[in-house]
Amino acid sequence: MIAFWILSPIMVAAAVGMVLVRKAVHSALLLAVVMVSLAVLYAVLEAPFLFAVQIIVYTGAVLMLFLFVLMLIGVDSSDSLVETIKGQRLLGFTVALLLGIVLVLGAAQAVVGAAAGLTAANLEGNVPGLAALLFSKYVIAFEATGALLITATIAAMVLAHRERLTPKQTQKDLAVRRLRDYAESGKHPGPLPSPGVFARHNANDTPALLPDGSVSELSVSRVLKAHGTVRRMPQIERTPGLAEDGSETAPTTGNDATTPGEGKP
Amino acid sequence: MSTEPFLVLSALLFTIGALGVLVRRNAIVVFMCVELMLNAGNLALVTFARQHGNLDGQVTAFFVMVVAAAEVVVGLAIIMTIFRTRRSASVDDASLLKY
Repeated sequence: MIAFWILSPIMVAAAVGMVLVRKAVHSALLLAVVMVSLAVLYAVLEAPFLFAVQIIVYTGAVLMLFLFVLMLIGVDSSDSLVETIKGQRLLGFTVALLLGIVLVLGAAQAVVGAAAGLTAANLEGNVPGLAALLFSKYVIAFEATGALLITATIAAMVLAHRERLTPKQTQKDLAVRRLRDYAESGKHPGPLPSPGVFARHNANDTPALLPDGSVSELSVSRVLKAHGTVRRMPQIERTPGLAEDGSETAPTTGNDATTPGEGKP
Repeated sequence: MSTEPFLVLSALLFTIGALGVLVRRNAIVVFMCVELMLNAGNLALVTFARQHGNLDGQVTAFFVMVVAAAEVVVGLAIIMTIFRTRRSASVDDASLLKY
């Protein structure tokens, strides 16, 4: 019971946090807290097999799947806080409150008397007891579960499969398109300039400098720019002790100055 | 050891999950809240198994876990398909059947 009184506030807090936090990844991690705590409660309730299954299936498989899909969809896919349906949030809270009152009142009156306990049922061990039930009384349901799992697997494969609608672009097609773009719009056909100042730190967020000292916008990733983590010009200052001729400030820019389509300073 | 606190906790978790389904709009978070509700149901089943002194509740909880795993696989595949066509994981955007 001590485990219960320690874990239940944590679980409720984590569940509330899961509903309230904006980022989906944080929700997934809080759900992991709830599920691991739930596994411990199963152990308290004399269900060691479900304790193991809860950790393996839920925390191991299901949550990993959630995180995997989150990474595919984009970690920053957080909710906007704008209500699309008027009064939805208020109504939602009201309905949830009423449901909670009904459920808690019902749950509080659902059991009468002391718990029978599972010492007799678990006499030959929890797993053999479950197996005896699973392969006799519930064997039809168990077989149906197998059919359900294989159906779900095939369904996921079918849903995740994508037909190629356009022919695959070869190297030759790409080269032809790049040169056509160059002829029509003047877009530089070569690779983009790489970020600058490698010696300082992981320099993905440091824009390369053009020979005239201005920043090459093309040299940092669009994603970093959206996050606002690109270092600004005053931050890219000359390190004392390096050569004074300015050659170290733009070691990677090379022939960026000739890159067409770039914003002039 | 009384089993009532476990049932109350289960009811609370179920309510929080329902609240999440009602107010969140990111499809994946809604899905996680459904998982929370399933887990709350499992906790009630295991508690009742202990209250009544037989293992049927635990077997049912085991089945619920299997079905939940299958549901997650198919649901996430559907969410990914929707995201692929609409570039959005919001449940508001998948409203084509409404009109």
